[in-house]
Amino acid sequence: MSVIEVLSGVLLAAGALALVSGGVGLLRFPDFYTRTHAASVTDPAGAGLILIGLLLRVDAWDTAVRLLIILLFLTLTSPTATHILAHAARRDGVPMWQEGDRRR
Amino acid sequence: MIASHYVYWTFFALMLIGLYVVISHGNLLKKLIGLTLFQVGVFLFYIGLGKRDGGSAPIISDGVEVYSHPLPQVLILTAIVVGVATLAVGLALAVRIFEAYGTVEEDEVVERDRADLATGHDGHQAAGRDSGGS
Amino acid sequence: MTAFSLINIVLLAILVATAVTITRLRALYEAAMLAALFSLVTACLFVLLDALDVAFTEAAVGVGISTVLILGVLALTRSREAVTQRRRRLPGVAAVLLVGGTLGYASLDLPAFGAADSPVHSHPLTEVYLHQSQEAVGIPNTVTSVLASYRGLDTLGELVVVFTAGLAVVSLLGPLRRRRPTRPERPRPIADFDLADYRVIRVVSGGLLPFVLLFALYVLFHGEYGPGGGFQAGVIFASGFVLYGLVFGLDRAQRVVPHAALWSLVTLGLLVYIGLGMATMLLGGSFLDYDVLAPGNPATGQHLGILVVETAIGITVASVMTTIFFSFAGRGVSR
Repeated sequence: MSVIEVLSGVLLAAGALALVSGGVGLLRFPDFYTRTHAASVTDPAGAGLILIGLLLRVDAWDTAVRLLIILLFLTLTSPTATHILAHAARRDGVPMWQEGDRRR
Repeated sequence: MIASHYVYWTFFALMLIGLYVVISHGNLLKKLIGLTLFQVGVFLFYIGLGKRDGGSAPIISDGVEVYSHPLPQVLILTAIVVGVATLAVGLALAVRIFEAYGTVEEDEVVERDRADLATGHDGHQAAGRDSGGS
Repeated sequence: MTAFSLINIVLLAILVATAVTITRLRALYEAAMLAALFSLVTACLFVLLDALDVAFTEAAVGVGISTVLILGVLALTRSREAVTQRRRRLPGVAAVLLVGGTLGYASLDLPAFGAADSPVHSHPLTEVYLHQSQEAVGIPNTVTSVLASYRGLDTLGELVVVFTAGLAVVSLLGPLRRRRPTRPERPRPIADFDLADYRVIRVVSGGLLPFVLLFALYVLFHGEYGPGGGFQAGVIFASGFVLYGLVFGLDRAQRVVPHAALWSLVTLGLLVYIGLGMATMLLGGSFLDYDVLAPGNPATGQHLGILVVETAIGITVASVMTTIFFSFAGRGVSR
């Protein structure tokens, strides 16, 4: 196993960990905003790390270009979607969770 | 038997869930969503029949010998686009029903029709705000 | 147990769980979002089943177009389902048991999943599509060659169905032109939040839109060599327009694509398709027999014919989907 392969494996594992933590957060966090925060971790961090990990493994340059393009669009679209979602929730007056509140 | 057929059975389960929603739920929009579930079950079944163990996508390339069957994929590819077009027709009908009756629940629509029959006038025609642009 | 069947089982479990949740949810907005998730998982499953073109279409249609349509209709109607009455459950359960029993019994005769000697794979047609097509048509993606060449007439029929569905939606929801001028324009409520006033989404979606359209063109013209083709490209193109309409408002979207242009495009694709069939007949072949397009060099003729047909499909699908979206959105504005 070369250094590149080990590095790629570490990145893939880290990406998977980010995805799992996002999923756990989505289920465990008490209100909309914190849950959105957890979910927003999954796309850029989880999928991004996995894409970089895959990038280290490809041998054809056209595949690498495709992965890079996917990475670029993911980093553009996903934060925008999260941002606009949280913005819309705040406009609609979704209350924030305070210490001691019930989970919503 | 289980190891070789469980995939088909899951597809059947999806179809049956969709079928149940279509028959038992009264909300027209929910019925349409159920119809989509049923449809997806059928799509998966078709594609599943064309799958071959160890096969790859039917795009011929060097060094690949085993391919899955392209024909079911062609049929389902077109069926998906036709499916969304017919879904749009169903949704349009639901919108018109809502505008005429003020509800998308099947039971309430039938009830209103019965009441109109009993009183002998065409109540929902008057309720329709807009006859839909000439 | 191989990695394949492990991923397969996980995806199938997610699929069934999502479907059950959809049936139990009475909040229809949530059901619509879960239906989008359902489509995405289905697309993943299609990839596992080697159906790349289908996965492509399902992802674009299920997540892009149909979710937007369902959400739009929910905004026009009521978004909460009434409680399902107990007496309604019985017919559903009866039908499910009957159909399920029949399917289960019939499935005992099915060949094992993925078996190489199943009737599907041992049929002589498989050889024609997979190997003879390489000489006769000469393009690597057999899905495209079957779609546009071997079963061209079938695809024409499907395209006519899409076209007819577009006409049906327009005739149900009124024509695309703006409301009668006699009715006074209701001013937009001040509190209403216009997405286009919001810089982040305006800049990002405006910047991404050209790339979405470019990608649709790539999918259209790359369909002979990789997954892609007219149906996928049309749907992606339409979802670009839907994005534009959602962010910048219906009026601006309709200024970009005027109704007259949209209507001509809807029919143009179909006319080009049928016209090509007529042309091949005039050249002495049968309907949609592309070999005669380039005498002496059937593969070139096939290439040309498939390219024209895929473009025609793309034009019609994109414009019908855009028309449908405009019809629903126009209904919302006029209320």
